[in-house]
Amino acid sequence: MKRQVGILVDTTQCIGCMACEEACADRWGFPHTDVHELSCEKNTVVQQYGETYVPKLCMHCEEPTCVSVCPVGAFEKTAEGPVVYDESKCMGCRYCMQACPFQIPKYQWNKANPKVMKCDMCFDRQQEGKQPACVEACPVQARVFGYRDELIEEAEKKIKENQSTYVQHIFGTTEIEGTSTMYLAGVDFGKLGFPTNLPKRALPKYTWEIMEKIPDYFIWGSTLMAGFWWLTDRKKKVAAYEEESKRQKTQDEDNENNR
Amino acid sequence: MNSSSYLSKIAEWFRHMTFWKSVFLVLVAAGLYSTVVRYAFGLGTATHLSDSFPWGLWIGFDVLCGVGLAAGGFVVASAVYVFHLDDYKAIIRPSVLTAFLGYVLVVFALLYDLGRPWNIWYPFVMWNPHSVMFEVAWCVILYTTVLALEFSPMLFERLKLKKAAHAVYNMIVPLVILGVMLSTLHQSSLGSLYLIMPEKMYPLWYSGNLPFLFFASAVAVGPAMVTIESFLSSRAFHREIEMPILSKLGKVTAVALAIYLVLKIEDAINYNLGSYLMTFNMEGMLYWAEIIAGVLLPIGLLLMPKIRESKRGLFYSAVLVMTGFVLNRMNVSITSLERHYAVSYFPSWMEISVTLMIVAIGFGGFAWAAKNLAVFPKEAAAREPAHAESYEVVVVEDEIHLGSEPSLGMGSK
Repeated sequence: MKRQVGILVDTTQCIGCMACEEACADRWGFPHTDVHELSCEKNTVVQQYGETYVPKLCMHCEEPTCVSVCPVGAFEKTAEGPVVYDESKCMGCRYCMQACPFQIPKYQWNKANPKVMKCDMCFDRQQEGKQPACVEACPVQARVFGYRDELIEEAEKKIKENQSTYVQHIFGTTEIEGTSTMYLAGVDFGKLGFPTNLPKRALPKYTWEIMEKIPDYFIWGSTLMAGFWWLTDRKKKVAAYEEESKRQKTQDEDNENNR
Repeated sequence: MNSSSYLSKIAEWFRHMTFWKSVFLVLVAAGLYSTVVRYAFGLGTATHLSDSFPWGLWIGFDVLCGVGLAAGGFVVASAVYVFHLDDYKAIIRPSVLTAFLGYVLVVFALLYDLGRPWNIWYPFVMWNPHSVMFEVAWCVILYTTVLALEFSPMLFERLKLKKAAHAVYNMIVPLVILGVMLSTLHQSSLGSLYLIMPEKMYPLWYSGNLPFLFFASAVAVGPAMVTIESFLSSRAFHREIEMPILSKLGKVTAVALAIYLVLKIEDAINYNLGSYLMTFNMEGMLYWAEIIAGVLLPIGLLLMPKIRESKRGLFYSAVLVMTGFVLNRMNVSITSLERHYAVSYFPSWMEISVTLMIVAIGFGGFAWAAKNLAVFPKEAAAREPAHAESYEVVVVEDEIHLGSEPSLGMGSK
């Protein structure tokens, strides 16, 4: 397996200059707007929570929900880490949007042939040896791109050495078995719009533990049903036979009596 | 029959306008308008769906309820063909017809909800066995095919293709078993769709038992729907209602609901729902409405022989079961998510008009079939001589025979 990459976002560093938003819009060909909400024309945004600016983008989960739920496999977790979407496969069921724990995938609601939009960590740029556009544009290194294991090491060191600045948790290391985009914060993650009730277990496991039983169920279930058919069929035949022989018997007896 | 006589029949249909026909036309017209808007301008213009509420009425009602309400098809088919419970033969045809219509309409509704409906066949070539939606897609399409086959003899008889009808009956047992397996799978899987959102759903509705809850409630509501439509069609077509059989089906519903209730109680204990049950916010009220009207009350009513065996009692119990079922599916798919998404979703009039059009087509399709095919052959001619003309094809000369011969017991001549 390839060594996985990731992005570490330090919310204590972000100054809210929106350079990342601009760079992202340029890379995707989106219009430049002042709306700081993720949408089909905005794959990363910076949102303000009190004193803190929080850059938001796809979390690129280690075990992504979107990859698991998509009926046609339009999402893929690449070996390098980014989660990418192939619009040519999409049929538009929007289960990815419904299931994503971070509500990242957005939809082109006003198009007749719509597709899902989300950050792909600039996968094409990575293959050219470049960093994601937003990381490159950040003037204060609030977003750092690198190997995931190195980023975690670095982050752990940082929060240990600056205990008064940082909450002692790296968001994205324990939640749903990890994400490739990870966060550091100076205040509770719950106050910065992060979901705090996420299970430790990867979400796809909740459905897979049912789904994996289906082949067995199908074999045993149809055998059982065929068995029921055989039993009740036989019961009916036996009943019919008994009825018949009873009738025969009474007929014989009648004949006997008449004689 | 040549085409001009079809035209004159259609002209006839319009000349004799009745109240229900005009309702049907209005609903279809409104639905068609919304159809044009939806396909020309996209989902955003036609619906109240948004990035923060991606699934609405069309998934919650048209798909989740549609599939569940059509469950009578596999319940009655398995009773007749797998368990040899011959009594139910009298209602197998209307049950299969409802199920077939139901599934066709679910697929039809999906064509509205999918952003790219022309790609609806993709799951057949692009597999993802991890996806519940992938499994549902396969099951629904395969089961719709099974239902089409189970239904086809009604059509073959009308077209006087006796051999074709016979060919279907020769494979009816494996076909029904396949249908039962597919139904069990996707009825429960519609619940499994929500297993992956434990952190999003309001605790009253999230449960590891969701697949089992969805299956049990489908088994409960399927027979209830058969009862409701038998009741309505007996009034519409002036035919005798199959009371003793329907009362028995009422018992099936009561048992399935009781199992459902046990699972619900298990959830309340496992997930420590005490405080949520005692909180009468919107979720709490809707939860109790669902449980009281759709589960507790019908169990109580259906367990009383006097009520179960009376036309009115049985009918109203069935209506309660159906109402509770619809409420449950809407609660799971809409109510339970509103708080997490911090939005309140109410469908647009265009979403509603499409749904109403689909329901109207369902009613219309059933009425057409009941008139033109051997769905209720026994009483058709006997009860109302005045109407005999329109039933000419379904006049049955021999008595219904319930022999071991592989037939639905209704040879029409």
